[in-house]
Amino acid sequence: MTALLEVDNVTLRFGGVVAVNKVSFSVEEGEVFALVGPNGAGKSTLFNLISRFYTPVEGDIRFEGRSILDRPSHEIARLGIARTFQNIELFDHATVLQNLLVGRHRHRRSRLWNELLFTPFVRQEERRHREAVEKVIDFLDLQAYRDKYIAGLPYGVRKVVEMGRALAIEPRLLLLDEPASGLSVEETQDVAFWVEDIKTQMGITVIMVEHDMHLVSAVSDRVLALADGKTVALGTPHEVQTHPKVIEAYIGAADPAERAVA
Amino acid sequence: MRTLFKTSYDADINLFRDGRHAMWYGLLLAIAIVLPFVLGDFELGEVAHVLIWAIAGMGLMILVGQTGQPSLGHASFLAVGCYANVILQNDYGVPFILSLPIAGLIAGLAGVAIALPTSRLHGIYLGIATLAVSVLTGDLIVIAEPVTKGVFGLYAPQITIFGITIDRYGNPDRFYWLILAVTVIVVLLYKNLLRSPLGRSFAAVRDSEVSARAMGVNIPRTKAVSFGLSAGITGIAGALMGHYTGIFNNETFNLIMSIQLLLMIVIGGLGSIHGAFFGAIVVALLPQAIVFVRDTVSAVAGTSSVAIPGMETAIFGIILVVFILFEPMGIYGRWVKIRTWFELFPFARRDMFRRQRSYLKTERMR
Amino acid sequence: MDVLQLFVSGLANGCVYGLIALGFVLIYKATEQVNFAQGDMMMLGAYVTLGLHNAQFMGLPFWVSVPIAIGTMGLFGYVLDMLVLRRMFGQSQIAVVILTIALGFVFRFFAGLIWGHEPVALETPFAGRYVPIGPLVLGLDEVVIIGVTIALTVGLYFFFSRAKLGIAMQASSQNQLAAYYMGIPVKRVNSMIWGLAGAIAAIAGILFASKGTIDPSIGLLGIKAFAAAVIGGFGSLPGALLGGLVVGIMEPFASRYITAGYALIMPYLLLFLILVFRPHGILAQMHSKKV
Repeated sequence: MTALLEVDNVTLRFGGVVAVNKVSFSVEEGEVFALVGPNGAGKSTLFNLISRFYTPVEGDIRFEGRSILDRPSHEIARLGIARTFQNIELFDHATVLQNLLVGRHRHRRSRLWNELLFTPFVRQEERRHREAVEKVIDFLDLQAYRDKYIAGLPYGVRKVVEMGRALAIEPRLLLLDEPASGLSVEETQDVAFWVEDIKTQMGITVIMVEHDMHLVSAVSDRVLALADGKTVALGTPHEVQTHPKVIEAYIGAADPAERAVA
Repeated sequence: MRTLFKTSYDADINLFRDGRHAMWYGLLLAIAIVLPFVLGDFELGEVAHVLIWAIAGMGLMILVGQTGQPSLGHASFLAVGCYANVILQNDYGVPFILSLPIAGLIAGLAGVAIALPTSRLHGIYLGIATLAVSVLTGDLIVIAEPVTKGVFGLYAPQITIFGITIDRYGNPDRFYWLILAVTVIVVLLYKNLLRSPLGRSFAAVRDSEVSARAMGVNIPRTKAVSFGLSAGITGIAGALMGHYTGIFNNETFNLIMSIQLLLMIVIGGLGSIHGAFFGAIVVALLPQAIVFVRDTVSAVAGTSSVAIPGMETAIFGIILVVFILFEPMGIYGRWVKIRTWFELFPFARRDMFRRQRSYLKTERMR
Repeated sequence: MDVLQLFVSGLANGCVYGLIALGFVLIYKATEQVNFAQGDMMMLGAYVTLGLHNAQFMGLPFWVSVPIAIGTMGLFGYVLDMLVLRRMFGQSQIAVVILTIALGFVFRFFAGLIWGHEPVALETPFAGRYVPIGPLVLGLDEVVIIGVTIALTVGLYFFFSRAKLGIAMQASSQNQLAAYYMGIPVKRVNSMIWGLAGAIAAIAGILFASKGTIDPSIGLLGIKAFAAAVIGGFGSLPGALLGGLVVGIMEPFASRYITAGYALIMPYLLLFLILVFRPHGILAQMHSKKV
């Protein structure tokens, strides 16, 4: 069985700063894979590499065994990779429903001319998209917000809408960038249930960047710890959490004086 | 307050929310159709003028309001449409029924040609590039003198559709109906755009390019399509404008007109079809309104009427300043607030429409 | 010699463009607002001076009128920001562009109302006089323009690198929030930037008026100066001046050696080409948004 996603010895530099340094890992179909590490460890950068917003200077990224480095970023969704953003990138001046429908862009089969004339085919397609989106709305309990504009929604709801928009893509791989940051304990619990259901019911593989270690150990099968763009540890949540190098990376044991303070 | 109970997904897909909504617009269209029997020739000409501006406004609205790409050069596409339409009729004998859509197509292609090299530019930089295009257009018309007759200008011919002559002065009612028909077609196309995937991808590009990309939207192509549609519709408005004014030259479609178009849709309300119409009413009727007020004032005061040059643009400017400062959503925004107030009476609250401001959101980061 | 003469006259024009462009960039750098009314502020500066100095209006001595006009325009810029532009904080750049275009319309109207639409000349003491420099005979006005621009540039350089206020302005332009935390009154600093831009506009206006007649529509020169600012690089003050000089020098040569129709469009053609082919050169200040 080949891995769904393979990140193979990837390096990315910004000027003189090495943001990601020879990182390799592979994600198996059907698992929840977590990326943890202190700020600036290169977690979100890895997501941006997989989304093809950045191009690595070295290494390869393969999805279903094929390199994606020759693909522009807008083709990544078509491959079946969906993502959310750390700082929420929704379409603010559109409704929740419209946002989720944009997620269906990958499944668009109508062309410019029949859309402008709104032929019966386009209507039929719209119904199909709507049905798919309604499933997501039911799954995430967004019924109350369907026709609300994003600009007026509370933070927690936006976070959920963003996850919904990614699910509307019907992806095989879902990248969640800090799905629980800024959420209350109850909301974080919801996220844990959803991630579990996304994996078991929808059969979608999940890669998650998250700081909340409770959430990470509750839902993830394997965890990759990063620091300064380098791999520190890879294993089960428990293995990684107790790994001495991980503790060092978080607390900073390099300098004895600092350790004393810590 | 009326609550709408949606019973099928089609309620969100249909053109009209419900029968009542459809009835109101049907009534509006009926009034528009019988207008020539009510109004005099001059007034009818003014209404036709408003409609032409509204078509141009809808063209620009697709780009600015829907896709979020500012253009300070849309008079260029008015020019392309206007010249193409008249040259096709005069020099190549193409009948109007064909020359109008072909002119729109040519203007649309011109739009795509501008969009492709500028697809990397954002916000203000795109505005500047289109501004340069607008300045260049007038000079290009002079340079292409053999075809465009440069500063001497061109005369629009009489329109004949299937043997029926349509002349702005000879039979203004027919001319008005022609423009009304084009307006209705453009409104329908615009509405279809809004409810289809393409319209949503425009909104996606407008609100967040990064996540649009992550959703699989091809940004340069979407921008080019938006530019093309926008320029095409504006070109059709330009063609009609040529027939309306009868004569035009290199100075007709200048930078000021480009700016005026943009200001018009801002006053009307960005992002809505209504906005294009409200803005067009202001732009097309303001000169008449000023003349009317001035004559009334001087009649009351008993003084002779004095024309103050630049008055029009100044009043236009002041209206705009007031709107941007106090009602950035334009006339349409104010209209929605008033309507909501009546619908909810007496439960409307002042802060229902409070704007969310994003402080310190820098646009240097893209 | 002909070439040199053309060069100097282009240089003088370029200085005026450069000074207007400087006003654009100053405001843009500090507040991220694009002031499309900068050209009209220059026009107002020229008219205020003319209104103070010319015999048909107030008839004050030239050297009294000039500082008063510069001060007035500085105050004008300050008040404009305080009353109007400050309210735009947090709105999109394009909204500000549209607002300032509209303000330009209004300025033009009032200038016409007060001073008329007929072209008038500012009666400067250096009009119509010539200085021989070697084999060249230069207009005194051109020499003054070039001299004042150099002096102003040097002055601004020291202001931004040495003076406390200048450094505060730089700080707030780079990060408004951080500057605010450091105790810089960002709002007032922004108003001061607008004031400074107003004063520079007045100087540009006086210099422009010393070369010939003015009328309320000269504010449209701002568009050309804006093109110059972008050509030079919208994010830098020296770039703005340089862009102004490039456009200014290009003009007389283009109209001498190229057909008249094409000469006029050269600055805009250059602008468009630069935007298309070298956006990164210009957008050096823009960074990719982090997600």
